[in-house]
Amino acid sequence: MKYLNLDQNPGNRVIVSVIGPDRVGIIAGVTSIMAENNVNILDISQTIMQEFLVMVLIGDMGKSTIDLLELKDRLNAKGTELGIRIDAQHEDAFKFMHRL
Amino acid sequence: MLTVQEIMETIKMVQEEHLDIRTITMGISLRDCADADPRAACDKIYEKITRLAGNLVPVGESIAREYGLPIVNKRISVTPISIVAECSRADHYMLFAETMDRAAAEVGVNFIGGFSALVHKGTTGGDSKLLATIPAALAGTERVCASVNVATTKAGINMDAVALMGRVIKDTAGRTADRDGLGCAKLVVFANVPEDNPFMAGAFHGVGEPEVVINVGISGPGVVKRAVERLNGADFGALAETIKKTAFKITRMGELVGRAAAERLGMPFGIVDISLAPTPAVGDSVAEILEAMGLERCGTHGTTAALALLNDAVKKGGAMASSYVGGLSGAFIPVSEDAGMIRAVEENALHLDKLEAMTCVCSVGLDMIAVPGDTSAETISAIIADEMAIGVINQKTTAVRIIPAPGKKVGDYVEFGGLLGRAPVMRVHPFSSNVFIARGGRIPAPIHSLSN
Repeated sequence: MKYLNLDQNPGNRVIVSVIGPDRVGIIAGVTSIMAENNVNILDISQTIMQEFLVMVLIGDMGKSTIDLLELKDRLNAKGTELGIRIDAQHEDAFKFMHRL
Repeated sequence: MLTVQEIMETIKMVQEEHLDIRTITMGISLRDCADADPRAACDKIYEKITRLAGNLVPVGESIAREYGLPIVNKRISVTPISIVAECSRADHYMLFAETMDRAAAEVGVNFIGGFSALVHKGTTGGDSKLLATIPAALAGTERVCASVNVATTKAGINMDAVALMGRVIKDTAGRTADRDGLGCAKLVVFANVPEDNPFMAGAFHGVGEPEVVINVGISGPGVVKRAVERLNGADFGALAETIKKTAFKITRMGELVGRAAAERLGMPFGIVDISLAPTPAVGDSVAEILEAMGLERCGTHGTTAALALLNDAVKKGGAMASSYVGGLSGAFIPVSEDAGMIRAVEENALHLDKLEAMTCVCSVGLDMIAVPGDTSAETISAIIADEMAIGVINQKTTAVRIIPAPGKKVGDYVEFGGLLGRAPVMRVHPFSSNVFIARGGRIPAPIHSLSN
């Protein structure tokens, strides 16, 4: 099983999750928003679950020009445009649940 | 290091299984607001609540968005008003209830708890005035919740207060008759009440609590139900193990949110209440967990055992996940707020007597039960007395939140809407308890209260 890299810059990372039917332009859409706002992508993983594309990106917010909530809004909007669900959540939401 | 599967599991819990944080509750001490002039006391109360809780709602909302985890309610609990108001020259405490209501509206919380009195061994002057004001306070305000502790394992059961609460509940129902007796949904009678409970309507800020504190109540019956459903045919050991692990994960989210909220508000973090709190939404039901374990309907034989297993496993998992567990911490079984409970009552699978048995092994008690409008005050007092006895003898919290719905008969419905839901009116025993309740006095503390 592949583990996502969470070794760099702990405490300041965002987990971007993309769920929906596969189509052209999803990765480009998500990564361009992250690049535009100087969010460095530390890792990407993608898989197909029950016919849906599931992609998870780890972003470093250390030098980001916007805060997490703003990034979340922009990604949500892009998701609506592409007909998929894109969300951004603080890494602690996952680390707290699955790791001690 | 996390896997995509783990990330998806968390997202699925929120998206499909109704995982949420039920409440962030700010406890505020009002002990320094006492004043001989009731108006001066109320000015201090309003100022203190609005000053300390002014940021509660925006902070809660930003945490919810950052972590992608809904926080359903932001609420406030205060020092029992019977204590705060006691030294004022007021004849009744309506002004205090109105002040709480105004302060809650100003900071944008939907409920504020603490219109409360602790009378398990007897009533003081302030307690009596508060109890007398409860019906008017619940009818005349929107957000104020009241609670009264009438029994403890150490003191026994104050049967005078139990008798009085039967009349208070009837009066409250009568004054809110146009809303199916809604006032009673905001009033809880307790045995062994916890002082740090974040859940309404029973929340208040206990006298042993700090100046201000953040407590968190989690939820997540839907997540547990799905985990149980995946275990088709597994034995009870495997069932308990899975519920424990699931409760652990849910509670970690409560711990995360509680710590974040406390830090951002600059206040100490109190406790996580690890109760499984259902909502009327389908799939977010404690009854459906019991049914997923293999009972055709909640309320049939085996229900008490299933609930005991569930409640214990939730505590074991939750206790490991949080540094401070408190409040009620167990499974809630409110009727009107749980779609599976409502169905069980409608199909005649679940009766008041079985619910009472279930309260022996779960966290609270007879919660959000609608009974016919012509149920006597004495019968309601007797129902309360039974529930208090269970709490006192078993050294646990029990409570009664009962609605004698004006003008309604068995089979009718009360409709409260929102989180309070709707409830079918349940049958009570027709035989009288009047002579028993009329005795008055106090039922002594049980022998095992002598533990020193």
